[in-house]
Amino acid sequence: MSTVTTADHHDEHHDHKPTGIKRWLFTTNHKDIGSLYLIFALAMFFLGGAMAMVIRLELFQPGLQFVDPQFFNQMTTMHGLIMVFGAVMPAFTGLANWMIPMMIGAPDMALPRMNNWSFWILPFAFLILIISMFLPGGGPDFGWTFYAPLSTTYSNDSTALFVFAVHIMGISSIMGAINVIVTIVNMRAPGMTWMKLPLFVWTWLITAFLLIMVMPVLAGVVTMVLTDKYFATSFFDAAGGGDPVLFQHIFWFFGHPEVYIMILPAFGIVSAIVPTFARKKLFGYASMVYATASIAILSFLVWAHHMFTTGMPVFATLFFMYTTMLIAVPTGVKVFNWVATMWRGAMTFEVPMMFALAFIVLFTIGGLSGVMLAITPADFQYHDTYFVVAHFHYVLVSGAVFSIVAAVYYWLPKWTGHMYDEKLGQLHFWCSLISVNLLFFPMHFVGLAGMPRRIPDYALQFADFNAFVSVGGFLFGLSQLIFLWVVIKCARGGVKAPAKPWDGAEGLEWEVPSPAPYHTFDTPPQVK
Amino acid sequence: MNAKHSTLIGKLSLLVVAMFAFGYALVPLYDVFCDITGINGKTASEPVSAEAAIIDTSREITIEFIARPNQQMPWIFKPEVRRMRVHPGEIHIMNYLAENPTGRAIVGQAVPSVSPGQAALFFHKIECFCFTQQYLAGGNDMLMPLQFYVDPALPAQFSTITLSYTLYDVTSQWQDSGQDTESEFGE
Repeated sequence: MSTVTTADHHDEHHDHKPTGIKRWLFTTNHKDIGSLYLIFALAMFFLGGAMAMVIRLELFQPGLQFVDPQFFNQMTTMHGLIMVFGAVMPAFTGLANWMIPMMIGAPDMALPRMNNWSFWILPFAFLILIISMFLPGGGPDFGWTFYAPLSTTYSNDSTALFVFAVHIMGISSIMGAINVIVTIVNMRAPGMTWMKLPLFVWTWLITAFLLIMVMPVLAGVVTMVLTDKYFATSFFDAAGGGDPVLFQHIFWFFGHPEVYIMILPAFGIVSAIVPTFARKKLFGYASMVYATASIAILSFLVWAHHMFTTGMPVFATLFFMYTTMLIAVPTGVKVFNWVATMWRGAMTFEVPMMFALAFIVLFTIGGLSGVMLAITPADFQYHDTYFVVAHFHYVLVSGAVFSIVAAVYYWLPKWTGHMYDEKLGQLHFWCSLISVNLLFFPMHFVGLAGMPRRIPDYALQFADFNAFVSVGGFLFGLSQLIFLWVVIKCARGGVKAPAKPWDGAEGLEWEVPSPAPYHTFDTPPQVK
Repeated sequence: MNAKHSTLIGKLSLLVVAMFAFGYALVPLYDVFCDITGINGKTASEPVSAEAAIIDTSREITIEFIARPNQQMPWIFKPEVRRMRVHPGEIHIMNYLAENPTGRAIVGQAVPSVSPGQAALFFHKIECFCFTQQYLAGGNDMLMPLQFYVDPALPAQFSTITLSYTLYDVTSQWQDSGQDTESEFGE
């Protein structure tokens, strides 16, 4: 691949932009908006993390010490909502904004003004959500899954704010997804054919379609909760002929594709990093694309595996059990391909690679506990225990979050023009790796032993394990402060980064100088 | 904005609208699906005409009756007998006792559920108090009849059917819009 752009040339007449706050408020530049998304996601990551610290503090000992149960419930609910909609999803959208135009040789996103909107409504959504906690009666306390009738009959008065906030988050995600699809479909550089697209672009294209198909369903189900609570409809109220189980069907029809929305871009990131540091081409590129598409299609056929204990007929539980297990096949293809890429590669272990390797191992552990949960009769024991909590934190924290951290380390030299501090980065990695396992691995055991999730107190026999888990949690939280320090330090200065800081890296983003100029690829590059 | 973008944005926006509508379409789809398959133990909300069915005297089915008022419902609500043994095809009448111990009139709506769910398709009601909302003045009581038969086509593996009613206080809906609310949000 080669480019015909010269960065110095357009630096002169294009690089002027409004200064101060106006630059950020009115920006339509994909790099600025990408940075805003990433900074916002980092802020939400620390806010959601602080709530997790409250949860772990309360669970450090059996009995009620620090918070009352209703506040504890608000913490679990808000932690889930903030991490899913405020940290992981905006972080991936930020990476998409920064990287997709540069990876496909486009000058910007296709719809720059809408891009500005889809970011700037997001802080308001979370402001509304957080304000609801300070109203009389408190904020949402029915779990991030807001099952009816907890969110309808038994919820507090601030539920309308929760619904409104989720609507805004949904609109933001949908606009972002439309932007990504239009950019990838219409704005690829000449010669950038479908099967030459970097995998991060492919996985994001498929993720964007998932977003467009399920976020409207989420908007629908929160609207039903709103009308059930305030306008006397009976979608989920048995007295009026509705059915509370219907809520779970509609919610998980959104909810299961949603978990793939949070992991497919991670697959794209790892597929970019592993070949770079193994200095080999990605093994099985085409199979990676097909595996991603298969996972996306299957994600629409598995939703009721969250509902095995609702009393479904045997036929339905079997159907959802088999389709769920089928997902292990394309996922296995991916893990195999990453391992095969490393096979006999000339590997080095810089921080992005370390996080990517940890991702592969720990995500696989989370995937295997997922297969265990898919077994219907076994799920009757695991359902709503800490085993489930361990499972989804392995795939979301040591999966999705580790991939985002890996991506930040990988592309930080391109964004800032400086190399990050490798020593501090390695320290951050090892602290995170050890503490994340101290935090989540013992949860498998307390879960199997029967400790229920979302309860502020527990039986005495779980005390030692929970103290251990809490210490792991505090250490993991503190380790992320190292990350914050590394990022700030790198943004402020450091060793100058060359255009291509990783010698094994491939792709158009490495052909522009570091830091990437404000405008790149005004003239489309010719991809060979 | 160029034309290529507009066409694609148009198609994608259509998909967004269609998926929002699909979310709502899941509500009636779910009910139709449950009616056809009997999942969730939903019984028909319309009476069936009494067919001169053949009575299968070769086997007896135990029918168990459970009735409970919802937490917000002050009525006393119970079946006359806890269980009865019936031959498939026989028509039986079962009475439920409802008593309103409060000083005000209350309207109740009973919602049925049959367990095991698959048997719901074979439990036919000719007349049921659950088809309509029930009005009861304060301090009064009444007998509410249910006329039913078990379909002789009931698969052999079912020997016991449990019919459960939960009674809800729907007085507010009655006052607001009368009995019409029922058809709008009916089963």
